[in-house]
Amino acid sequence: MKTLNINGQTYQTDADGETPLLWVIRDEIGLTGTKFGCGIAACGACTVHVDGTPVRSCSYPLGAIEGEAITTIEGLGTPEALHALQAAWIKHQVAQCGYCQSGQLMSAAALLKETPTPTDSDIDEAMSGNLCRCGAYPRIRAAIHTAAKSIGEGA
Amino acid sequence: MAKADKKPRGKVAKIARRTFLVGSVAVVGGVTFGVWRYKTPYGNPLEKDLPDGEATLTPYVKINQDGVTIITPRAEMGQGVQTTLAAMVAEELDMDWADVRIEHGPPSKAYYNAALLEEMAGYSSTDNSEKAARARGLTKIPAKFLALQVTGGSTSMVDAYEKMRLAGASARAALLKAAAKRFDVDVDTLTTMAGHVVAPSGERFAYTQLAEDAAKVKLPKRPKLRAKSDWKLLGKSLPRLDMVGKATGTETYSLDVRLPNMLYAALKMGPMVGAQLETYDASAAKDMPGVEAILPISDGVAVLARNSWAAMQAAQEISAEFKAPDYRQSSDEQFAAFATQFNDDHLDDESRNDGDIEGALQSGNIIEREYSVPYLAHATMEPMNATAQLKDGRLDIWVGTQSPLALQQIARTVTGLEMENIHVHTLAMGGGFGRRSETDYAIQAVEIAQQLQGRPVKLTWSREDDMRHDVYRPMATARFKGKIENGKAAALDGQLMCASTLESAMGRSGMPAPGSDFSTVQAAWDQPFDIPNYRIRGYRSQQQLPLGYWRSVGASQNAFFHDSMMDEMAHAAGVDPLEFRLQSINHMPSRKVLERVGEMSSWGSILPAGRARGIGFCLSFGVPSAQVIEISQTDDGIKLEKAFAVVDVGTVLDPRNVEAQVFGGMTFGLTAAIMGEITVEGGEVVQGNFDSYDALRMYQAPTFEVEILENEPHIRGIGEPGTPPAAPAIVNAIFALTGRRLRSLPLNKHVDFV
Repeated sequence: MKTLNINGQTYQTDADGETPLLWVIRDEIGLTGTKFGCGIAACGACTVHVDGTPVRSCSYPLGAIEGEAITTIEGLGTPEALHALQAAWIKHQVAQCGYCQSGQLMSAAALLKETPTPTDSDIDEAMSGNLCRCGAYPRIRAAIHTAAKSIGEGA
Repeated sequence: MAKADKKPRGKVAKIARRTFLVGSVAVVGGVTFGVWRYKTPYGNPLEKDLPDGEATLTPYVKINQDGVTIITPRAEMGQGVQTTLAAMVAEELDMDWADVRIEHGPPSKAYYNAALLEEMAGYSSTDNSEKAARARGLTKIPAKFLALQVTGGSTSMVDAYEKMRLAGASARAALLKAAAKRFDVDVDTLTTMAGHVVAPSGERFAYTQLAEDAAKVKLPKRPKLRAKSDWKLLGKSLPRLDMVGKATGTETYSLDVRLPNMLYAALKMGPMVGAQLETYDASAAKDMPGVEAILPISDGVAVLARNSWAAMQAAQEISAEFKAPDYRQSSDEQFAAFATQFNDDHLDDESRNDGDIEGALQSGNIIEREYSVPYLAHATMEPMNATAQLKDGRLDIWVGTQSPLALQQIARTVTGLEMENIHVHTLAMGGGFGRRSETDYAIQAVEIAQQLQGRPVKLTWSREDDMRHDVYRPMATARFKGKIENGKAAALDGQLMCASTLESAMGRSGMPAPGSDFSTVQAAWDQPFDIPNYRIRGYRSQQQLPLGYWRSVGASQNAFFHDSMMDEMAHAAGVDPLEFRLQSINHMPSRKVLERVGEMSSWGSILPAGRARGIGFCLSFGVPSAQVIEISQTDDGIKLEKAFAVVDVGTVLDPRNVEAQVFGGMTFGLTAAIMGEITVEGGEVVQGNFDSYDALRMYQAPTFEVEILENEPHIRGIGEPGTPPAAPAIVNAIFALTGRRLRSLPLNKHVDFV
């Protein structure tokens, strides 16, 4: 049995230690906001935070977790209490198919924590690991700038 | 193969010899149905399962105590279709956007897509003659009788524009009549506002209170539709109904379905696409952690486990023999075969033959060019998956699908159940691009469920399964000859060679594919140019990989071929490429998009050294689409700087959403042009994941400016037309930047990109 701290809640799992965190979160625990895209850390759809650092959960084995705080899209904000990034995503109507957006948002959230007012090249660097086949990139960029501004203004 | 000299001539004959296929349902040209039967409406599928206290006024509107639900029977794969369909009903029904709720609804013949076969009527979309309209109208009849509930072909808006507004208007009329009875006043004294009927006194009845009475009212046959100038919702950029869910991880894709006692499945499939299972040995897999059972299905071996990862790991440990399909072992061999087949034995289509092409090409300033493109995979972000449960004679399938009714029909064949016992729950799709009009993955889940005595199962493909078991955009080669006279295009002869997507798709549904394949010449035969001697021919080579419908279908390669050639002819003529296209264009909306994209991009102005622009144009799905891309040479390679795109959709219903489809579609086309390539070696697909089949990333994408014009007389769909001009635009820009003319894709085999 392993204890996981996800979004401030405690979960127990007896899944095999080699199981990637993604599948523990999705299939064993049932938080399905984090998505499966490639299984080789190439697309970013599965991005979550481990102690605030963005990681590709499809390639992060359960056994490597030792009590760190895990944050998924469900822990970033909810429809009733949106994170500034999620509010900006809605304002700019970013999503098309939307499947990559949980991962995009988690990468963006980590960026803003580190760099509260990112430049375009900061955004390019932080977001290059997240694929979007619908090509929503211009709106993702605009939404990150909007969220940075609203956080800066304490909104 | 059909020979040119045997072909029927004339437009009517052309209709008869065309063959239509959508999803897995085929329509053979010449099938006719009595018009009287065509005019009989299908029943309302919502009446069947209606609980007490709920009323359904049309197949698109359901009302209960909690509110009004609009049925949006086209699948949401990111294109925003459900939002705009709901807005059509809400506009006429007079509802507050905040109160709008939607459901995809059940698969039903009532939701057939009348516009799906229109483009196959044999008339160019620019032909507004009565005869062309009549031919297009006739395609609605097979579309109805084949019950094609399909999302694809950029047809949803065309199909729904009148139908769904009428549904809203009918429902409103019924509610007004019901209210008139309650108030005991003349119906003409009543108005509606925000989900209520309002009396002259100001007294109000909510639709929810009136619904049961309204359901008993006879619906008007032809209610009056609101004038465009009175629209409150349509024509405006509305917040998409799926946006909050997608920004918070709370939208339910089929991959997110969770049912009590559900098992997770993965497959060992054959190394060659479409291979059938012969024998297998699962001894190394069955005792792996988390594995619960191993079951064979017709085209693979399923591992059932406690989670998807455990199932996928174990599936890799199964050894299995498959009956390999009989096709060429490599894509190089396939290309080599193409080169020998530009002859009458392989001639498939000659939709355009103006003037005297043979005579014109005898002499003068003639250029000859050859182009090629590789196979492409769809690579939706969400890999193929489906959940199925077969319990007590009832089959439920939870799936992202563009063809729910075809899936229901195939599931009936597989299980022997009656249609009424097969329930398809259509969920949001993490991308479709044409891939999810196939039913293979869902039927696999059904085959597993059949062996599980009531336990639900979720089958998830690995990314490698998804990329190596796709139905691919065909590889293709094109040979062009062009003649320049007095700085203008005097002759253009295009020969387009590929295997037939239609034949492949029909083959999967066990049907022959007589007639020519429209997609081979799509968006090449009908380009709006007056060239005195102008011929476009399609050639058919034999099948290799299974082929399918990929965003913009034949236009995805033909725009690159045709418009690259136009650009080469412009340079050979010494005429500005934009001016060269405008010289010959014969369609006003197409002229306008070209002129506008020229203005937006400051076409013709001098750029600093190391920068250049290229233009691309394509008329596809009735939408003229022109794009300019500006690129620069950097130390790290070519960088995409700015993109400009103009489309004409006739009537724009949601500008912000149309804009997203245009820049998204263009990005999809740029990805394919720059880096998209699926190859075959030893009979197997080489590329397996995003490390070898990548897509444009944020730092590689240009900035975008999009404009939407409304000069077209008809409303058009926009899911696809943003894609085709991207390839010629970038290729033409690279020529302007480097002087190198690239004639085969992907471009990153020839030049470096940032």
